[in-house]
Amino acid sequence: MSDLALVGAQVRYEQKSYWRNPGAAFFTFAFPLIFFFILVSTAGQQTDKDDLGTYLHNGHQVAIKLVQYYTPSILGYAVMSACFLAVAMTMVRQREAGILKRMRGTPLPSWTYLGGVIGSSMIVTALLSVVSILFAVIVYGVYFPIGHLLPLIVTIALAALTFCALGIAVSSLIPNIDSGPAIVNLPFFVLVFISGTYFPISGTMETIAKDLPLRPLIASMYKVFDPSNIGSIWSGRDLLVLALWGIGSSIFAVRHFRWTPRKG
Amino acid sequence: MAAIVVEDLRKSYGSTHAVQGVSFTVDEGQCVALLGPNGAGKTTTLEVLEGYLHRDSGRVEVLGADPQHATRAWREQIGIVLQGTAVDPYLSVRETLTRTAQFYAQPRDVDEVIKLVGLEEKADARVLKLSGGQQRRLDVAYGIIGNPRLLFLDEPTTGFDPSARRGAWDLVNDLRSLGTTIMLTTHYMDEAQALADNIVVIGAGRVVAKGTPDGLGGRDTAAMHIRFRLPDGVDASSLPVAVTVDHHGFCELTTRDDVKVLNTLTGWSLKQRVPLEGLVATRPSLEDIYLSLVGRDLLDGDTTTEGATK
Repeated sequence: MSDLALVGAQVRYEQKSYWRNPGAAFFTFAFPLIFFFILVSTAGQQTDKDDLGTYLHNGHQVAIKLVQYYTPSILGYAVMSACFLAVAMTMVRQREAGILKRMRGTPLPSWTYLGGVIGSSMIVTALLSVVSILFAVIVYGVYFPIGHLLPLIVTIALAALTFCALGIAVSSLIPNIDSGPAIVNLPFFVLVFISGTYFPISGTMETIAKDLPLRPLIASMYKVFDPSNIGSIWSGRDLLVLALWGIGSSIFAVRHFRWTPRKG
Repeated sequence: MAAIVVEDLRKSYGSTHAVQGVSFTVDEGQCVALLGPNGAGKTTTLEVLEGYLHRDSGRVEVLGADPQHATRAWREQIGIVLQGTAVDPYLSVRETLTRTAQFYAQPRDVDEVIKLVGLEEKADARVLKLSGGQQRRLDVAYGIIGNPRLLFLDEPTTGFDPSARRGAWDLVNDLRSLGTTIMLTTHYMDEAQALADNIVVIGAGRVVAKGTPDGLGGRDTAAMHIRFRLPDGVDASSLPVAVTVDHHGFCELTTRDDVKVLNTLTGWSLKQRVPLEGLVATRPSLEDIYLSLVGRDLLDGDTTTEGATK
């Protein structure tokens, strides 16, 4: 079996394991969807012509609903959940159970194993993105500009890779399984709050968040989903910030990755 | 040809000297047991040989290579069964083994291995649902799926019930008859006796003794212990040999001149028509030898620990 086929096989087994683990599947897959549902049910239908504006649709001026802005937010939340949260927790769980140590004792090249974990998270991300967008479009009438598909896919794929790398990097800082959720959830929720997932941000918060990994993802999604956007649909600075975080996390992960549980 | 060569291996964790100058060799096709109490350095030694730990000093060669620089080709020939079960709990037995078989160029047949470890009925059950003993058997299956030339087994039967242990021993003996070199650690004497061609006893990080199960610690040439009881009214002083009498009324003696002493005793018994009730003649068991070998080191180990905590 070629190494590439081996990666494919690892992705398939990681996927099987993911969907059979009720905890993981619920918290990283169902949770973002439930969260989205609650968010749009409470505030999503609001329209405010002065703040949100209107767009031309089938010859009519249509008011933009708040859900049009929650959709990009939820995509950011979903990518971070499926990649950062899921990967960090999977790595810690497998390391502490000795699964990584055991893999290390086989001829399987390390990169193919990690490739399997990352590939599996990318599949979950893709599914979660498609389900979220379909849900938004069909149930809440969110306007999805089909011409913006390419930047959407490129940005989400890059963000997914970045958050996987960040998840692997953070997993090496977690000493044991008990402290896992606390250490992973702290940066997760801080990023979610300061990146404008729930409410618009500006000023200092914006200044800080735009150089952290979540805000660039959400900001570029806004551009993609903004129906009144007649300017660029690509956000070069945001993609660059994401890429830099991805590279930095990868370097950190390679240097500090541990295959065995910490002793004592 | 030697499958494993270890010369003056040393490994410390901080101020704990886990292994302090261990040397032994394992020939290809042999089964060698590393025997010792908890904390003697068995697992540390094994993990150095498996390539998990880097040694501080000494020479180690496993299948002609230094495990510290393990290559993929080298890993193809090594099978490892670690102490604890460590496989994805959400995959089935068959999925786990099929996945692992793909890592190797020439793996064993998955169904054949499932049969070999006796998990046919659980082949499609998730690992999560297996009992402790079944999970351990899956561990062994995981270790041999790649058809290794050399298999490491770290305490393979700890926690097994007696019949499961017999089953595991049969499996190890089968593998050895197929030509696999086996290095195992255990703290069960009977396991070492049943499986090993050679035993290396370690205590407090040092080799205490080496030898075959029958000859370890001079067991085959050790003095014979004879024990019997005389009928009521017969005094021990009438015996043709000197004995000691214990508080149960048993006469005991220990001798190196075993054939002659037994002949004198039984001859006397027949001639005088005095039975030697419950006569037994034994040499020290492997366990006796083992305890006498590691006893002192265990005590030394205890003093060190005590000193360190003060």
